[in-house]
Amino acid sequence: MSGLVLVFVDHDRGTIDENARQAQAFARATMPDASIAAVVVGDDAPLSITGVNAIYHARHDELRDYAPEAWGEALHQLAVGVEADAVVATGTERGNEVLAHVAAIADQPFAANVVNAMPGSPWQIRRTRWGGSLLEDATLTAQLPILSCALHAFPIDEVLDPDPPISHRTEFTPELGPEAGRTRIVDRVQVAEGITLTTAPVVVSGGRGVGSEAGFAAIEELAGLLGAAVGCSRVVTNQGWRPHADQVGQTGKRVAPDLYIACGISGAIQHWVGMQAAKHVLAINTDPDAPMVTKADYAVIGDLHEIVPAIVAELRRRRREGAPA
Amino acid sequence: MLACVKRVPAPGAQITLTADRRAVDARNLAFTTSPHEECAVEEAIRLVETHGGDITVLTVGPPEAEEQLRFSISVGAQHAVLVTNDAMAGGEDPDPQATARAIVEAIGALERDNGPFDIVLFGNESADAGGFQVGVRVARALARPMVNGIKAIEVAEGVLTARRECDAGFEVYRLDLPAVVGVKEGINLPRYPTLPGRLRSKKAEMQTVTTTPAPGGLAMVRFETPPVVVTETALLGTGADAAAAVVDLIYELGLA
Repeated sequence: MSGLVLVFVDHDRGTIDENARQAQAFARATMPDASIAAVVVGDDAPLSITGVNAIYHARHDELRDYAPEAWGEALHQLAVGVEADAVVATGTERGNEVLAHVAAIADQPFAANVVNAMPGSPWQIRRTRWGGSLLEDATLTAQLPILSCALHAFPIDEVLDPDPPISHRTEFTPELGPEAGRTRIVDRVQVAEGITLTTAPVVVSGGRGVGSEAGFAAIEELAGLLGAAVGCSRVVTNQGWRPHADQVGQTGKRVAPDLYIACGISGAIQHWVGMQAAKHVLAINTDPDAPMVTKADYAVIGDLHEIVPAIVAELRRRRREGAPA
Repeated sequence: MLACVKRVPAPGAQITLTADRRAVDARNLAFTTSPHEECAVEEAIRLVETHGGDITVLTVGPPEAEEQLRFSISVGAQHAVLVTNDAMAGGEDPDPQATARAIVEAIGALERDNGPFDIVLFGNESADAGGFQVGVRVARALARPMVNGIKAIEVAEGVLTARRECDAGFEVYRLDLPAVVGVKEGINLPRYPTLPGRLRSKKAEMQTVTTTPAPGGLAMVRFETPPVVVTETALLGTGADAAAAVVDLIYELGLA
């Protein structure tokens, strides 16, 4: 299929969301012959983007900060104006929200969290349900196909061509009424500093096996040494041992660190879908048959309350001695 | 206030498919309210405790979804509406556009009698289908402001302040009422039913609306269980003695 695909590239005050660019990989894989245009919104939008054929820049006073209704309106007007053959985004919180608005305005279907798509009449798609633990084959019958790709399903490094970034932008001014920006971000509250769960190279995560709020002290210490973020499973937040912001899984955060250390987590599918994109998984568990252990790349069998402090001590010893081994 | 909920298999349940792979095998499955939506009901209860008012719970689904409506009443909702039809009774899950149309129709009827709901609450996405769109579609059809992914709500003088979690903290939105909000688990810890609540829920009247909304363009063909990834797990050791091997690994991966 030739044609034109619009890729919504989310940014926060000029910083591109790296996950948002996975939709470029999705667009390339799905429609290899199509022209791929990034769409950025707002005055402080990023100036250049790699791996696309064109950039559209929607500007309007109502678009100055993230405003889901107005951003969706702008993207819809652009799609109509340039006669786009499809509109895609990565299935991030904002990606799915903006596409839902586009779909609602256009009265078109929207397939969220797609892992495979074949254009046609209708499109054949495969999407994730249950946060990724079940797949759904579906048909998408649409004048304007609107799809988000599942987070981490299309790695950007497989697709990005070696072309230099494009900085030529076609500016576009949508027609927006004063109410379009009524759901704009009006304030921000900074909580975390530095390392966050979704960007940390290492995540040290605890589950039921940690046993208590105090039990996380050793996990915190290990995380501190590794520059890692601390995560947890759903049972931990339900017990009130950790804030919900630390929860990894279907109803929590999706993480993709280089190393995920799962301490006392059995590895139910609802947790697994939140960390399956990790490059390496190390399970520490008393039960050698726990799903987390059998699915992990590396495992240590035993009591995390002995093992984690021993890892901390060994790390400190090697750092003191300045030797890697 | 209106809270829209969906009946789904309990999280953690082992999902098996029917022979034609067009549905999840419901035999031997426990059902519950989709987790984000259970929090939507709890949030409605907390807002009513502070500001007064009453709560209607609405679901689109099979007649068995009455169980989830009664549960909502047992924790504090007053009214319940079941939107259903023969296809849903037969186990079919309507597509997101059809679901939104059914909800808009039901809200229209409820508001004709009682005036507009100040706040309509949804879950961010259903635990099973995960369409991420029904709340947005309903809000658009009602021409009301809508934000999704909300983890804190405050209401004062006709304005709803909502917080959405982001990487470094929270984004803050302000919406004039009436408004639509999609909430996420973590906004609160839902309460358990009380004994008087249970008794009340047994006697509560269910309003049933039968409707067959026009289908949308996303049509499920079949389900597929994801391929099982067989991992060769390298055993680094047992107990505290494995610490050296773990630290070796951390150095090998360049993450020390």
